[in-house]
Amino acid sequence: MATVLTETGDFSVTARATGSGALWLDTTDAERVTGWTSKPEGMCRDDVCVPLPAGAVRGDAVDVAAFWRRLDNPVLSDDAGDVWVLGTGAAARTRALAGLEAPDVTLPDLAGTPHRLSTLRGKKVFLATWASW
Amino acid sequence: MWQVLYDELKDRGFMVVAVAEESRGAEHARPWIEQANATYWSLIDPDHRVAELYGMVNVPQSVWIDEAGRIVRGPETAGSTDHFRQMDLATRTLAPELQAARAAARARYLDAVKAWVTTGRHALAADAAAAKLPRITPAIAEAHAHFRLGVWLKRQGRAAEAERQFAEASRLHPDSWNMWRQAADLEAVGNASGPAFWARVKALGDRAYYPPPDLEGFPR
Repeated sequence: MATVLTETGDFSVTARATGSGALWLDTTDAERVTGWTSKPEGMCRDDVCVPLPAGAVRGDAVDVAAFWRRLDNPVLSDDAGDVWVLGTGAAARTRALAGLEAPDVTLPDLAGTPHRLSTLRGKKVFLATWASW
Repeated sequence: MWQVLYDELKDRGFMVVAVAEESRGAEHARPWIEQANATYWSLIDPDHRVAELYGMVNVPQSVWIDEAGRIVRGPETAGSTDHFRQMDLATRTLAPELQAARAAARARYLDAVKAWVTTGRHALAADAAAAKLPRITPAIAEAHAHFRLGVWLKRQGRAAEAERQFAEASRLHPDSWNMWRQAADLEAVGNASGPAFWARVKALGDRAYYPPPDLEGFPR
């Protein structure tokens, strides 16, 4: 069992293998954690398909770390390979902000009820961070 | 913190979304949220996702979003100032004239938000707003990944590994006070405002801890 932390959430997966920076997952888990779909052309999302790097696919297993790095996104793991972060790269982050569309986010209140920012469309929103520290 | 503003403007199609960048989670933020008794959204963000999505580096910072869901200002310092740097550390007090100046700056900021909501003033046109967006570098993107891992490891009780991740995050993104202070606070509550914090602030020299917003009445 391994944990994969992504922008869309935390996932428990069965890692087929790890080592040398590789994270081999079966296709179902690979699609779950990346949000991309495995097709003959490679990994696809919306209208875009990215061929998997050579050696990043073996039967029905995908080296998700290699794929994620191929997208210029940071990939981290702890020493044991138990927990992985599939981060968002600078180019992707910049692209997301470039059109000035406020990135959407869903976060819970104290009661645990999720609130999605984009549901406030139609109002002027003052989004402010704070902390007790 | 924003209730007065919200009460004045809520019938004008205005909403406040207050986000606690609090890696210790909801229970840690609870006392402040309950005391504020706000009727706007008070959300908990243990992974600092909002800071990552919007390129924020400190609290409080704000982003102003218009009715179409577009960023029209920010991220920017939200009403706070650098007067605290002149605090007498022995007595933990700020001279009355500095307290007054700080309060006046905050009032000016709230007035600016109100002017935006009531008249549209201070909303930036697309090219101006885009020009003011923070530049996200590969180092910063990687820092966020290290920070995320650090928070998870800390939650699992793997404190030493977490500290290594936080140290790497701050090394990659030294401008992020969020990352540094949250990591310090996770080590021990209060560390974020202790001697190491004051040393780090002093090391800023002439650079601002809270850069003032680019608004009339806020000298830069």
